Amino acid sequence: MTPIGELHAAMADLTGDGPEKPEKREKSEAGVTGGREAPSMYPVESEEDLLTVRHAVRAATIRAGFGIVDQTRVVTAASELARNAYIHGGGGTLTIEHPAGPDRTGLRLVVRDKGPGIADLETALTDGYTTGAGLGHGLGGARRLMDEFEVDTTEGRGTTVVATRWASR
Amino acid sequence: MTVPASTGVPILRLGDVLVTGLLNELDDKTAVAFADELTERISSDGARGVLIDISRLEIIDSYVARMLMELTTMSRLLGARVIVAGMQPPVAITLVELGLQLTGVETALNAEQGLTALGWHRSPQAPEGVLRDAHR
Amino acid sequence: MSSTETGVRELVAGALEAEADDIADRWVQLQLARTEQGAESNEGVLREEADGLVGAVTAGLRSDVPVDRLVATHHDLRRAVSEFSMRRARKGAAPTATSMAVLTLKEALLAAVQRRTHDGDELYAAALLINQLLDGAGALCFDTYVEGREEIIRRQSRQLLEVSTPVVRLWRQVLAVPLIGTLDTARTQVVMENLLQAIQEHEARVAIIDITGVPTVDTAVAQHLMHTVNAVRLMGADCVISGIRPPIAQTIAQLGIDLSTILTRATLADALSAAIELRDSPAQAALAER
Repeated sequence: MTPIGELHAAMADLTGDGPEKPEKREKSEAGVTGGREAPSMYPVESEEDLLTVRHAVRAATIRAGFGIVDQTRVVTAASELARNAYIHGGGGTLTIEHPAGPDRTGLRLVVRDKGPGIADLETALTDGYTTGAGLGHGLGGARRLMDEFEVDTTEGRGTTVVATRWASR
Repeated sequence: MTVPASTGVPILRLGDVLVTGLLNELDDKTAVAFADELTERISSDGARGVLIDISRLEIIDSYVARMLMELTTMSRLLGARVIVAGMQPPVAITLVELGLQLTGVETALNAEQGLTALGWHRSPQAPEGVLRDAHR
Repeated sequence: MSSTETGVRELVAGALEAEADDIADRWVQLQLARTEQGAESNEGVLREEADGLVGAVTAGLRSDVPVDRLVATHHDLRRAVSEFSMRRARKGAAPTATSMAVLTLKEALLAAVQRRTHDGDELYAAALLINQLLDGAGALCFDTYVEGREEIIRRQSRQLLEVSTPVVRLWRQVLAVPLIGTLDTARTQVVMENLLQAIQEHEARVAIIDITGVPTVDTAVAQHLMHTVNAVRLMGADCVISGIRPPIAQTIAQLGIDLSTILTRATLADALSAAIELRDSPAQAALAER
């Protein structure tokens, strides 16, 4: 085995992240909704929640039939938005929705926090702006990774970001 | 506290090069502890090079990107050259679209090429000793 | 749901359950009678289809989804209707013929309800409900058909896109993508994905993007090229752009596009020799800065 192979094996042993580990499943209910899934909501109150959210969003992108690059885009955007809500918004929730137009399907992330709101949205969407950890690419970067992006913020009342990516066709 | 908390991320030593890798399940606390542990090891082992294998990272968000850039800067200050190896194509595309350049971070296609660039060559005698797991 | 609707649904569902076989039979016969001479119709297949759809309609009516949204939102019913339409589309049936076939089910259903009640009001309400339900199904059939056709077109244009952007291995550890035609966002995405994948597979050190065949370079195209080059560098390889013709060089200069961080060469041959040099000095090549 190469040194790198050994390293991977060692890491897999230590963290239980071996390839044989079954994909973590979260609750999902198909039901009477024409094959579409009902939205599912996840708390964003701790660092562990950030990981859970990433898993859930990844699984949802796979079920939505996204290619590997689109999966990565959406999971990365979810990570940015969830981290924003956790660090700046004092925690919140992330909801995964499954929008379907007449001729397309996609995935929508709704991230709500109960934080102080964003005083200057224009600036917050500009690259390089940050008030916390990261590079200040959180909001602006996430916007570039998604097809549709809306921010609703009220000072003192929290922020809601709605971001949608449509399955490429 | 003087001893950084162990992160469970192994750091192997190959000659004067440290080899480590990041896993997908990296949370923020572990990332910080890992940076502490790695810089500590560079200093105590007198490492001249660090190879960080990221082929298992399924996403890099701005937090992880910042960590990689900071690790590079810190290591350079301690006299070690860092190479980040094995970024997956979807991760590279997403990073670019996110607007992140990983400024100053050297990259390599895979761990082998990264090690070669760091001047590490498979020594013909007694590779077992070199490959001893130096994880604490 | 109003109590009258509940009653009517009960009536229709009851008829469906009690006479499922008769309804399916009659529907098959009606379809056979209306099929054009010479058209291929297999009674066994039709019967199987009919059983499936009649079952799904019954299940739908037994659920608590309102009738006007039943076909659109009831999972099994929607699937049964879509599959029905897809199957026929694949056999080459015209979309109107498929919709008409679904609407024929009305007759069979109404006949069954008529055998169970002679109350005029009840019959009228049942007829309305059956109409509403099956009109929805007819519309969905049509939609599915169109969607199926569009899917084929989309798949073909994707395939065309991939075929039109081949990544070739030019030298040891050197890849090249000759780009021909207009570059738009979708196309650049495909180029970028294919190129990065190929770099990983071939463990390539340098990728050459040849734009000799690209008619114009505007700000957007330049941006796409920059993105590609940056992604290649993040992976630990390097990029050379070749085939910048004089008019394009002029445009780039006039637009004020900064490509100074990208290594460019006039011809593919020059790019290849630059690439081989880069390959042999990877230490500098891999620095993502610059």
